[in-house]
Amino acid sequence: MSSTNRTVVVTGIGATTPLGGDAASTWEGLVAGRSGVKPLQQEWAAEQAVRIAATVAVEPTEVIPRPQARRLDRSAQFALVAAKEAWADAGFEGKAGEDPNVDPDRLGTVIASGIGGVTTLLDQYDVLKEKGVRRVSPHTVPMLMPNGPSANVGLAVGARAGVHTPVSACASGAEAIGYAIEMIRTGRADVVVAGGTEAAIHPLPIAAFGNMMAMSKNNDDPEGASRPYDVARDGFVLGEGAGVIVLESAEHAARRGARVYAEAVGQGVSADSHDIVQPEPEGRGISHALQNLLDRTDLDPAEIVHVNAHATSTPAGDIAELKALRKVFGDDVDHMAVSATKSMTGHLLGGAGGVESVATVLALYHRVAPPTINVENLDPEAEANADVVRGEARKLPVEGRIAALNDSFGFGGHNVVLAFRTV
Amino acid sequence: MAATQEEIVAGLAEIVNEIAGIPVEDVQLDKSFTDDLDVDSLSMVEVVVAAEERFDVKIPDDDVKNLKTVGDATEYILKHQA
Repeated sequence: MSSTNRTVVVTGIGATTPLGGDAASTWEGLVAGRSGVKPLQQEWAAEQAVRIAATVAVEPTEVIPRPQARRLDRSAQFALVAAKEAWADAGFEGKAGEDPNVDPDRLGTVIASGIGGVTTLLDQYDVLKEKGVRRVSPHTVPMLMPNGPSANVGLAVGARAGVHTPVSACASGAEAIGYAIEMIRTGRADVVVAGGTEAAIHPLPIAAFGNMMAMSKNNDDPEGASRPYDVARDGFVLGEGAGVIVLESAEHAARRGARVYAEAVGQGVSADSHDIVQPEPEGRGISHALQNLLDRTDLDPAEIVHVNAHATSTPAGDIAELKALRKVFGDDVDHMAVSATKSMTGHLLGGAGGVESVATVLALYHRVAPPTINVENLDPEAEANADVVRGEARKLPVEGRIAALNDSFGFGGHNVVLAFRTV
Repeated sequence: MAATQEEIVAGLAEIVNEIAGIPVEDVQLDKSFTDDLDVDSLSMVEVVVAAEERFDVKIPDDDVKNLKTVGDATEYILKHQA
């Protein structure tokens, strides 16, 4: 276990998203170019400026038994659904230890969310005001704590090597996966269940994001509202759900004969130090993260054929990212098929890095780049800097080793780039 | 009107079913909340609060630790209900 540079691979995937209740249906929706954005029908939505969101396709309470579901925040419910799928997909049966192929002391979880148990916090405050102190649920604290999803997944799989929750707004899910890669690379764990989750479709976050002018107000055309790279983009559409992957040392995976989806090559991380919410317009911080990735791994820009972009459909952010790709990779960008899957899933905030890592790994595994939908008039600045996959999915090279990036950036100036590669 | 022992057990059974998912017919006088009915310490607080509302009774936190079985709770409620 003294090795500090072990190869890390992806052996399991799971998701619950606006496009489907599992990874397969989510992938099918992504490749088909389906939108998961819907009008919000709740009574509270009527007075909001933003009345659309990408709600999950399958309610977690249809899958999780009621007594368990009622003591989990919605974000933890999503994480548990996705993690259980990923765990089973990796070929594990029962908890670590019950399954002799995984030692609980060598198993970790790193599941992040951007906001944590915000619906629990706000709902219980309503209970306090309307029904009094005695009626506040005794489960409130473990439900609202941001580490709740990671801790609950840790309990479900029996993880004892460490249970972690990095928080960096919309980069949280990617930061979790990066942290997990390092846990394995440095020998702290052999297997880590990692990803992101978010459940923030509630009047307060929607009012708050709406008042920041960060969200699309295209209420008349929900499915067309999330339109990264289109000249008419006017902000992101809030999504919810979770994406989780099982990461494992290549050696451990080989020993138990596990199916390997891809290699998790590593991460590049940086901070903008520019503004609390505005992206640095030239993508300086993003360039730094991309360069950091190249410096710290053996990734070759010539093998990168796909980028799952952060691209949330905001006017400034979408372009800054593409400028950074062009700046760091130069002509190599011309062979990178850039996809903005948030055009279909909406923006899952801290869940985005998880769901988009699932999408990136499956893009490599199936050698298909999902489309960016709703690009009717491509922004000339996007066209000048990158090859955006528009309208329909695109086949990736069928032969040879190929790599892909998953970009995630968050309020606070956090930049995380993850790299995956075929094996 | 005060609830009878039978009504209290039936009420507790509904509460335990809602909170812990245990079938109502399994909630019997001799059953331990923690050992038999999947009610842990946090969920026990929920059971107590729901029982207080349903049977119009106050169960101080110091008394909760003595309510080990459905029978203990039933007896407490019978004695203290308004």
